[in-house]
Amino acid sequence: MESIQSTSEAERLARFMERIEADEKIEADDWMPDEYRLTLIKLISMHGMSEIMGALPEKEWVPKAPSLNRKLGIMAKVQDEMGHGQLLLRVTEDLLAPYGKNRGDLMQDLFNGDLKFHNVFHMETKTWADAGIIGWLVDGAAIITQTDMLRASYGPYARALKRICAEEVFHAQHGESIILALVEGTAEQKEMLQEALNRWWEALLMFFGPASKETTGSSKQDLTIKYKIRTKTNEEFRQLFFDKYIPRILSLGLTIPDPTLHFDEKANLWTYQQPDWSKFLKIIRNNGPRSQARLNLRRTSYENNAWVRDALRATVS
Amino acid sequence: MSNPENVMSADYKEALTSLLFQLADDDLMYAFRGSEWLGLAPHIEEDVASSSISQDSMGHAAMYYQLLEELGAGNADDLAHSRPSSERRNSILTERVNGEGVYMETPLYDWAYAVVRSYFYTQAKKVKVESLCKSSYTPLAEVAIKVKMELYYHRLHWETWFKQLMGSTDVARKKMTDAMTLVMTDFGDMFSFGTKKQLIESNRLIEPEEVLLQNWKMSLEPVFTGLQMTVPAVPVPKKNGRNGEHTKDLDQALRTLSEVYMVDPIAVW
Repeated sequence: MESIQSTSEAERLARFMERIEADEKIEADDWMPDEYRLTLIKLISMHGMSEIMGALPEKEWVPKAPSLNRKLGIMAKVQDEMGHGQLLLRVTEDLLAPYGKNRGDLMQDLFNGDLKFHNVFHMETKTWADAGIIGWLVDGAAIITQTDMLRASYGPYARALKRICAEEVFHAQHGESIILALVEGTAEQKEMLQEALNRWWEALLMFFGPASKETTGSSKQDLTIKYKIRTKTNEEFRQLFFDKYIPRILSLGLTIPDPTLHFDEKANLWTYQQPDWSKFLKIIRNNGPRSQARLNLRRTSYENNAWVRDALRATVS
Repeated sequence: MSNPENVMSADYKEALTSLLFQLADDDLMYAFRGSEWLGLAPHIEEDVASSSISQDSMGHAAMYYQLLEELGAGNADDLAHSRPSSERRNSILTERVNGEGVYMETPLYDWAYAVVRSYFYTQAKKVKVESLCKSSYTPLAEVAIKVKMELYYHRLHWETWFKQLMGSTDVARKKMTDAMTLVMTDFGDMFSFGTKKQLIESNRLIEPEEVLLQNWKMSLEPVFTGLQMTVPAVPVPKKNGRNGEHTKDLDQALRTLSEVYMVDPIAVW
C-alpha cells in the first residue's frame, strides 16, 4: 500500500515538474508539492506583509507632504501599497487553506517574528527627500525583482504582479518627480536629497539580499529558480539595478557614497563596496533601526481595533 | 449667475471668499485627519477604502483653494499651508485629533470616533454640496457637481459602518454612542457661516444655515429610525471655527501639515 502511494506521489511530482518545465500556470486548486506551496507561502506572504509594513515609513510623510499636489500624490501612492498588500494576502490565504490558516494567523506570525517583512522597510526616514528616494529607488528596485516574476509559474501570483508592477511604475515616476523638484531646487533642498541618498545607499544594496546563502545561512533563491517562480539571482538583480540607476543618479549631479564603485568592462559587472551584511543579519531578525517601532505600531493598531473586527464578525454571523 | 470674468461687487467677493475658505479648510482638515489613519485602519480593505476617501477630500480642498487663487486670494498651496489658526475657517469637528497619541509614535486612535465623525461630516457636506450645485457663483456650482459624484460613495461607506457598528456587539454600540456624544459636542458650528451669515446667504451662494441643518436632520432620520434612535440635537457652538476660533488640536495639525512646506515656502517642492 505504502509503495503504491509513494509511486503515485512520485508520479504526481513528475507530472507537476513537467508542467513547470512546459511553462504551464499552476492554479490555486491544482495539486502541488508541499515544497512548492511552502516556498510560495513564504515568498508571497512576505511580499504582502512588506507592502503593508512598507506603507508605514512612507506614511510618516503623507500628512507632511509640502504641497496640495504632493499630498494628493503620496496619499494615492501609499493607498496603492496597501492595496497590493491586500491582493497578495488574498493570494496567500488560498495557499494557506489546506493548513487551516488565515490572515489572522499571518498577522500573528508577523508579530512573533516568524513572518518577516522586507529589510528595506526597517529603515528610518528623516526628511521629505526620503519620500522621494523610497518612491524612485526603492520602488525602482522592487520593479526590477517583481517584473522578473511576471511569468512566475504560480498563476494567481503572476496575475497579481501584473497589476502591482503597472502601479509601481507610477510610483517610481512619483518618486522621480519629487527628486527632480529637489535637484532643481535650492541648495538646502539639494543637500537634503544628497544626505538622503547617502543614508539609503547601503539599504538599496541590501534590498536584493546577499549574493549567496553563506551570508545568512539560508536562501530561497535556488528553490524559487527551480520552480520557475523567478529567473535571476540576487546578484543579477543588483547588477540590473546598477545598470539602470547609476547613470540616472549621476546625471542628476548626485554623488553615490561609494568611491570604489565602477564598471568593470572585462567582467561586464559593476564592482562596489559590499554593504555591512552584519547589519542585514540584525534587520532580518527584526533588530534593525525601526524594526520594533514599526512592528509595535502595527501590533498596537491591530489590538486597538480588535473590537471592530469582533463587531463585524457578530454582524455577519 | 456670476463667474470670474464678470465684475464682482466687493460684498459679493467677500461673501464668496469667506464661504470658500470654510469649505476648503473643512476638507483640508478632514482629509488630514484621515491621512493620519493611513495604515492603521481595522482591516486592510478598510485602509484602502478610507484612504481613497481622504484622498478625494484632499482633492476637493484643492479645488476650493484653486477657486480662491483665481479670485486673487493668494497661491493655493500658500493658503493651505501657511495661514495661522486664527485665519482658518474650518469647523471645530474637522480639526479634532483622532484619539490619543501622535501618528508618528504609537497612537491609540478611536475607530468609533472616525466612523461617527466621518458619517455626520459627510452627510453635512452632502447637504451643502447639493445646495452649492445651485450656487449663484457658476465656477463653485461646477466644482460642487464634481464633488457630489464622489460623495455618493463616501456617504454610503460611512453609513454602512455606522449601521453595522451601532447594530452589533454591546461594546461596539457603547463606543459608538460615546463617540456620538463627543462628535456632537463639536458640531455646533458645522452649518454656521459665522459673522458672514447675512452676506453669504443674501448673495445666494448657498442656502441659509437653518435650511441646511434641517436637510441634514431629515437625511439622517431614516437611518436613526431604523436603529430606534433619534437624530441628536445640534448644540449652540462654544467656539465657532467659522470666526477663527479654534482648539489646540488645530495648531498641532497645522504644525504637521506645513512642516516641510515651511522649511522654505518659496521653494518648489
